[in-house]
Order: sequence, then C-alpha cells, then structure tokens
Amino acid sequence: MHINEILFWFLTALALFSAMMVVFSKNPVHSVLWLIMVFISITGHYIIMNAQFLAIVNMIVYAGAIMVLFLFVIMFMNLNAESEPQKSKWMKFAAVLSGGSLMLILIAALKDNVGFISSVHGEGSIGLIKNLGKVLFTEYVVPFEISSILFLSAMVGAVVLGKKEPSNTVS
Amino acid sequence: MQVMPINYYIFLSVALFTIGIVGVLTRRNAIIIFMCIELMLNAVNVLLVAFSKMHHVAAFALDSSTTAGTEAQLFVFFIMVVAAAEVTVGLAIIVMLYRNIHAVDINFLNRLKH
Repeated sequence: MHINEILFWFLTALALFSAMMVVFSKNPVHSVLWLIMVFISITGHYIIMNAQFLAIVNMIVYAGAIMVLFLFVIMFMNLNAESEPQKSKWMKFAAVLSGGSLMLILIAALKDNVGFISSVHGEGSIGLIKNLGKVLFTEYVVPFEISSILFLSAMVGAVVLGKKEPSNTVS
Repeated sequence: MQVMPINYYIFLSVALFTIGIVGVLTRRNAIIIFMCIELMLNAVNVLLVAFSKMHHVAAFALDSSTTAGTEAQLFVFFIMVVAAAEVTVGLAIIVMLYRNIHAVDINFLNRLKH
C-alpha cells in the first residue's frame, strides 16, 4: 500500500469522525474544536493532492481566522452543554433518516468511476502559488478586485449590525 | 505510478455534505447550524480540488506543459473568500439576535413576526 493511500484513508476517517462529533457533541465549544479537526484533515487532503496554496489558505483562513471568530462568539455568549437546546427524539430520527436517504441517492447516482487522480508529486504543479498567482492576477483580476469590495461591504455590514442600538428602539 | 479513483473523493465529499445536512436539521443552536453550513462548503471545496486534479491528470497525458485545472483551484479560493465574508455578517446577525432575545435557539426566531 502506497503511503499516499494510507494517508488518504487516515485523513478520511479523521474527517468523518470529527464531522460526526461536530454534530453530536453537546457542548458548542467542543463542536468548534472538532470542526477545527475537520479543517485540519481537509488541509491534509489538499496536501496529498498537491494543492499547496489551498492547503495553506484553508489552514490560515478556516482553521485559524474563522474558527477563532466562532469560538469568540461562543465564549461571548457563554454557551455550554447545560444551556444547549435539544430537539425531540423523533425530529432527530427524521433528520438522520432524510440525510441518510440523500446520501444513498447521491452515492447511487455517482458510483460509476469516471477518472483517476494521480498522486505522484511533481507532476501536477498547478496547485503551487506561482502558477495560481499568475492566473489570478492576469485572467481573474476583476473578480479579485470585486471580492475586495465584497469584503469592504461585509465589514461595513458587520459593524452596522453589531453597533449597539439606541435604547428607545428596543422593545 | 500511484493512482486514486475519483470515486473515493466523491464518497468523502458526499458523506461530509450529508453530515452537514443532518447537523442543520438536528441542531437548534444557530451557531452550530452555521458551522454545519461551513462543513458543507468545505465538502464542496474538497470535491472541486479533486476534480481539478483529475482534469489536470487527463490533460497532462496529452500535453506535459498544460495548466488545465487551475481555474477550479481559483474557484475554491473565491469560495473561501465569500465564505469568510459570509461568516462575518452571519455572526454579526447572530450576536444581534442574542442581544435582542437572549438566546441562540432558532425556535425563538418566530418572535421576529411580532
């Protein structure tokens, strides 16, 4: 068994187990920590697919920035396992049943093999920062600039929403 | 030469996506629901990168100087950009909600009607 194959199965098992724990753990802080585990294993998948730029961005942006933001909000609200609202048993059963049937349908529809991924390093160099940056700043420079406007508007929106409202408008 | 069928990546992605859907359906905490949406976005990202590599491998066999598959990875990059902006606004909305109704339980959200 090749080393990449072993890594693939290990990272897949880790990702699926951590994703389960995100959904089923009672404490929201534990959910965030398990979600960081999912992102780390997905970063590992990017690395064995030789998509190095995306691996770094996934690690820094998702596992770093976004998850810290989630953790910050959860700590700000002082959520814990006792205050966690629970749905009824039948609702959970129905949700798992519908999700499982969706997975069944998707796998049945996509089970035919259409291609292969080579995991030989050095062959596919498209994931390197040099190649991606060249394409990003020539062909895709307009979407890149538009995304900066998106960030600006998201920042303004977050500040407006997070601003403390005047006391006379709160009922 | 070590090859990996694209099926495995499809199954991984479908499983992660389904776990995200089950999380959205079972949990009542708005933050956890938001985290499950992030999980579903990441499942899609994994599949996009896998298809990009598959496309590149197919094109590489014909022409060894090809850059086929770069667009998909840039697409993933833009998904991450949009997801970061989305998380900022979404968490701001959840914080505002918490300030108004002192809970993040989505069952209390029907108070917005009144």
